[in-house]
Amino acid sequence: MDALLQGLQLVFNGQTLLVILAAAAFGIFVGAVPGLTATMAVALLVPITFYMDPTPAIAAIVTTSAMAIFAGDIPGTYLNIPGTPASAAYVGESSLLAKKGRARETLGTNLVCSVFGGLFGTIILVFVSPSLAEVALKFSSYEYFWLALLGLSSSIFISIGSKTKAFLSLMIGLLLSTVGLDMMSGAPRFTFGIPDLMAGINFIPVMIGMFALNEIMSFYGSRVEARTPPALSKDKVFGQVPSHVKRYWRNMLRGSSLGTLIGALPGAGADIAAWIAYAAGKSRSKDKAAYGTGHIEGIVDASSANNSGISGAWVPALVFGIPGDSITAIVIGVLYMKGMNPGPTIFMEGSGLVYSLFVVFFVANLIMLPIGYLAIKSSKVFILTPRKILMPIILCFCIVGAFSINNSITDVWIMLLVGIVAFILARCDFPMAPAILGLVLGTTLENSFMSSMLKSNGDLLSFFSRPISASLGALVILIWCSPLLVRLYQRYRAPHTNHTPRSS
Amino acid sequence: MTASNKKTALKGTAAALLLALSGAAFAEYPEKPITIIVPWAAGGGTDATARTIASALEEELGQTINVVNRTGGSGVVGHTAISTAKPDGYTLGLITGETNMMHWLGLTDLTYKDFTPIGQINFDYSGVQVAEDAPFDSLDQLLSSIKEQPAGTYNASGTGLGGVWHLAFAGFLLDQGIEPNKVTWIPSQGAAPAMTELVSGGIDIVPSSVPEARSMIEAGKAQSLGIMAPERLDSFPDVPTVKEAIGSDYTIGEWRGIAGPKGMDQAIVDKLESALEAAYNSETYQGFMAKQGFGTEWRNAEDFETMMGEMDQEYGNIIESIGLKK
Repeated sequence: MDALLQGLQLVFNGQTLLVILAAAAFGIFVGAVPGLTATMAVALLVPITFYMDPTPAIAAIVTTSAMAIFAGDIPGTYLNIPGTPASAAYVGESSLLAKKGRARETLGTNLVCSVFGGLFGTIILVFVSPSLAEVALKFSSYEYFWLALLGLSSSIFISIGSKTKAFLSLMIGLLLSTVGLDMMSGAPRFTFGIPDLMAGINFIPVMIGMFALNEIMSFYGSRVEARTPPALSKDKVFGQVPSHVKRYWRNMLRGSSLGTLIGALPGAGADIAAWIAYAAGKSRSKDKAAYGTGHIEGIVDASSANNSGISGAWVPALVFGIPGDSITAIVIGVLYMKGMNPGPTIFMEGSGLVYSLFVVFFVANLIMLPIGYLAIKSSKVFILTPRKILMPIILCFCIVGAFSINNSITDVWIMLLVGIVAFILARCDFPMAPAILGLVLGTTLENSFMSSMLKSNGDLLSFFSRPISASLGALVILIWCSPLLVRLYQRYRAPHTNHTPRSS
Repeated sequence: MTASNKKTALKGTAAALLLALSGAAFAEYPEKPITIIVPWAAGGGTDATARTIASALEEELGQTINVVNRTGGSGVVGHTAISTAKPDGYTLGLITGETNMMHWLGLTDLTYKDFTPIGQINFDYSGVQVAEDAPFDSLDQLLSSIKEQPAGTYNASGTGLGGVWHLAFAGFLLDQGIEPNKVTWIPSQGAAPAMTELVSGGIDIVPSSVPEARSMIEAGKAQSLGIMAPERLDSFPDVPTVKEAIGSDYTIGEWRGIAGPKGMDQAIVDKLESALEAAYNSETYQGFMAKQGFGTEWRNAEDFETMMGEMDQEYGNIIESIGLKK
C-alpha cells in the first residue's frame, strides 16, 4: 500500500505530467505521419529519456507508444496509408468508411476501442505480472533457456510472410549478439581489436538504424509524396460511438484479450495482434459479406487488439526481462539504464517504481481520449506535413541518438551500417522483428545454455529435470513440430472429410 | 581560400592554440567543466557512487562535473577511455578493482600504472551469501561440506569468469586450504542475476558484497554467512566477519577510486586530491553511502597507488593459481 502511494506520488507531479503531455503530442504526431512507426518513435526517444528520472522516462515511452498506435489510424482512414504497421490490418475498411463521409465516426470508434484495449491490457498487466513474478522467482537458467527459445521460435512462427526469411533474419540477430566479450569464457569475439566492440553490439543504435534510417532511405528511394488533400468530413466524432459499443462490445473484449495475449508472446507485437484479431473477428461475424466494403465491426476488433498488445508486451518484459515486442525490447534497455532491472525482483524492491509504472499506463491510456479527440479534429495538420522536411530532422535525431547512448562514434557507425543492411533486407521482404529479438535474446539463450551445462556437468537431460523447465521444453518442441503436425492432420483429414462432412 | 590565406589562417590557429595552452597552464584550474568517465552502466552501484562523489566534488571545485558512462567488456572499454584521455585534468575517471585483474586475464595491456591516482573513495568487501533454505547455517558448515563432498557438488556465481567475486572467493578457498576448483564457478552478468539464481535453487553460493544481496536478504530469501572484512559492516551488524566465524584474517573486495590518465600535472593532482578528500568527507557522499550500505574507505593519491600495487600482486597470484593467467 505504501509502495502504491509512493508510486502515485511519482506520477502525479508537475514534471512527470508535463512529460506525459509532451510525449502524447509527440506520439500522436509520429503515429499520424505515414512511414514513421511507434518503434521508431520510442527508439528516438531513448537518448532524451537519459536525462530524466526513471518515472518520467518510462512515462514518456508508454505514452508515446500508446498514442502512436492510435494515431496510425488517422492517415489510414483519410489516405488509405497506415500511419504505423499496426493499423495496416483494417486500413481498407476505414478508408472506405471515410469515402462514405464517415471518417470522424470511424476514428471516434477507433479511439474508444484503443482506449478500451489499452486499459484492458493494463489491467491484465497489473494483476498478472506480480503473481507471475512469484512463479518466476523459481526460474533458474534451465527455464530461462527454454523461455528464450520459446520467444525466438514464436517470433518466427507468428511472423507474417515467409517463415524462411523470418528464420534467416533471426540468424542475423543471433550472429550480432555473439559480438563482444563472451561472459562464459571471458574471450573477446568478433571485436577486431576495437575496444568499443568488447561491450558487444548495443541494440539501441541497431534499432535506430533498422527502424528509422531504413524508413528514411525507403522514403528517398520511392519518393511517393502523392497526397491529394482529402475532403475532411464534418460528421460527429463520438456521435455513433455508443451504438457501436453497444452492438460490438463482444468484439472489443475479444479483440482486447487476443491483443494482450499476442502482445505478451515474445516477438509478436501490435501489428500482428491487429491482423489476427481482424481475422478472428471476421470468422466469427454474423455478416461476413459486409467485410471489405467499409464495415466497422472488423475495425473494432483490430483497433482494440493493437492497443492492448502494447500493454500486454510489458508482462514478459517486466517479469522475465524477455521483450514481448520490439518496443519493449528498447524498454528493457532503458529499465537497466535506470537501475530497474527487469526480472522477478523488480516487484520486491518496494520503491514504488513498479506501481508508478502501472499508474503511468492508466494515465496514458486515459488522456488518450481528450488528446485523441483533438487529434481527430485537427487531422489535416498531420496529413499535410511534408515528409521531405521531416526526414532530414529525423536523420539528425538518428545520429545524435546513436551517439548519445554510449558517447561513442562506433555506435554511430553501427547505426549507419545496420540501416543500410536493413534497407536491403526490408526491400527483399525480410521481417525485422526476429533480428531484433535474436540480438536481444541471443545472449540470454547462450549464457543460460552454457551455465546450465556447467551446473549439470554437460548433462543435456538436465533441461527436462525440473518440472517447469520440462513443460516449457515440451511446449517449445511442440511448436517446432506444429507445421509437421498440421500437415499430418490435413492428410488424415482430407480423405476423412469426404465421407463425413463437417457438422459445424 | 588562397595559399597565403591558408598560411595566415594556420598561423592564427597556431597562435590561438599556443595562447590557449599557456592560458590553461596559468589560469586557475579548473576553468571549464570536468568529465568523469564511469566504466560501468548507469543505474548500477558504481554509477551511483560516481554521481554522488561528482556532485560533492562539484561543490568543492565550483565547476560543473559531467558523469559519462562507457560500459562493457568487463570494464575494459571505460578504463581504456580514461587512460587514453588528454591528461589535462578535465577528463577523470572512476576506476575500479578490475584494473588489477583484466591485464592478467589477457583482455588488455592496461595496468594501474597507466593512471594518475587521485584518491580511493570506497571499498566493498566480499561476503558469502547462501539461500535461506540452504542446508548450512554457518560458514564453518559450508566449508566442511565443500571439503567433504567431491569437486563440482557446489557451485557459485556473481560475476563473469575472472571477475572480482570469482577471484575473491577462489582466494578465500585457497586461504582455507581448499582447491578453488572444488566449487564450480558459473559466470553471470553480475551479482543481481546471480542472486535470482541463488533463490531459484540454480546455484549454491554468491560471494558478492553484502549490499548487492540486500533486497533478497531483506525479503527473507537469502542469508549472508560471513564477510571477508576486518570488522562488521554498520549496515549489516548481524553478519559476522570471517575472523569471528572461522578465525581467518583473509580480507578481499572491490575498491573504487578517482584517477586520471597518466602524466597529469602535479599541481592539478594536488588540487584534485584535497578537493576529493573534502568531497569524500561531505555529508552528501557519506550520507549516500551509508544509506546504500556501501563501504567507505579513503586513501590519498600515494596510498591509493600502493594499495593498487599490492592488490595487483594478490589478484595476479589468485588468477595464476586458478589457471586463468594469459
